[in-house]
Amino acid sequence: MIDTIGIILICIGIAFDFLGVLGLVRLPDVYNRLQAATKCVTFGSMGILLGVIVMQGFTSFGFKALIGIVFIILAAPTAAHAVARAAHRSKIPLAKISVVDKYEEDKELKEETLKEEVKV
Amino acid sequence: METKTKSRIIVFVFALLVWFALTDIKNYQEVLIGIAISLLITFLAGHFLITTEKSQHPVKRVIHFLFYILKFFWEMIKANLEVAYLVIHPMLPIKPGIVKIKTKLTKDSAITVLSNSITLTPGTLTIDINEQKKELYIHWINVKTQDIDEATEEIGNRFEKTLTEVFE
Repeated sequence: MIDTIGIILICIGIAFDFLGVLGLVRLPDVYNRLQAATKCVTFGSMGILLGVIVMQGFTSFGFKALIGIVFIILAAPTAAHAVARAAHRSKIPLAKISVVDKYEEDKELKEETLKEEVKV
Repeated sequence: METKTKSRIIVFVFALLVWFALTDIKNYQEVLIGIAISLLITFLAGHFLITTEKSQHPVKRVIHFLFYILKFFWEMIKANLEVAYLVIHPMLPIKPGIVKIKTKLTKDSAITVLSNSITLTPGTLTIDINEQKKELYIHWINVKTQDIDEATEEIGNRFEKTLTEVFE
């Protein structure tokens, strides 16, 4: 019984991992791809690790899986943020269908004020 | 007690507990190494955990934090179904863009948790933060509004109230 629940959890995890990979291929630009990569892959990996915990119980093996979940939740969004920020700073454009880019607007504003200050 | 010492003690106990959970507690060598490593961690990074005195009662904060975790998991499941729907849909109905939201949180740790939560919930990804103005830049896969106040309402306010209770 417990094994069945664990295997179902692992299957859900693999399904979400697959959707994440599909999103990585289908979505247009680096930012949208990061969205699919962080959300689905975090959730998928959590599902797999939860399945392991259910199957193993709270032994030292299961506890390692639990700590793995905590580290994935902390690390995945941080890494996504770092990649997105680096991409934007190295001027990788957003996809054509994007509607707004407040970050770019603010950066231009900042540069303009800087130039004016230099002139004065 | 000084805040730094308190923070160090909490880090030490926590590190030791995690070590015991990971290793065989009956072997005294493991215990000795665990204590040595916990001490090392405590002196290197122990003072980062708690930096200011909190006004809320600790038990109340823990309860709020557990409530926050439940809420977070619910939002996360919703996020995954939403992204899964977008990815499977043959027309790819997305409308991406980068918007700004405001935050009222002041502590570094609180802002970190808020931006990580935003990244893991429906269609949003934190890109950068403006520390002076307390604004977060968010990549939104399906932009509903470009107005800063409405976006704050839509994205940030789900977590902000609970996080204020926990961290401030």
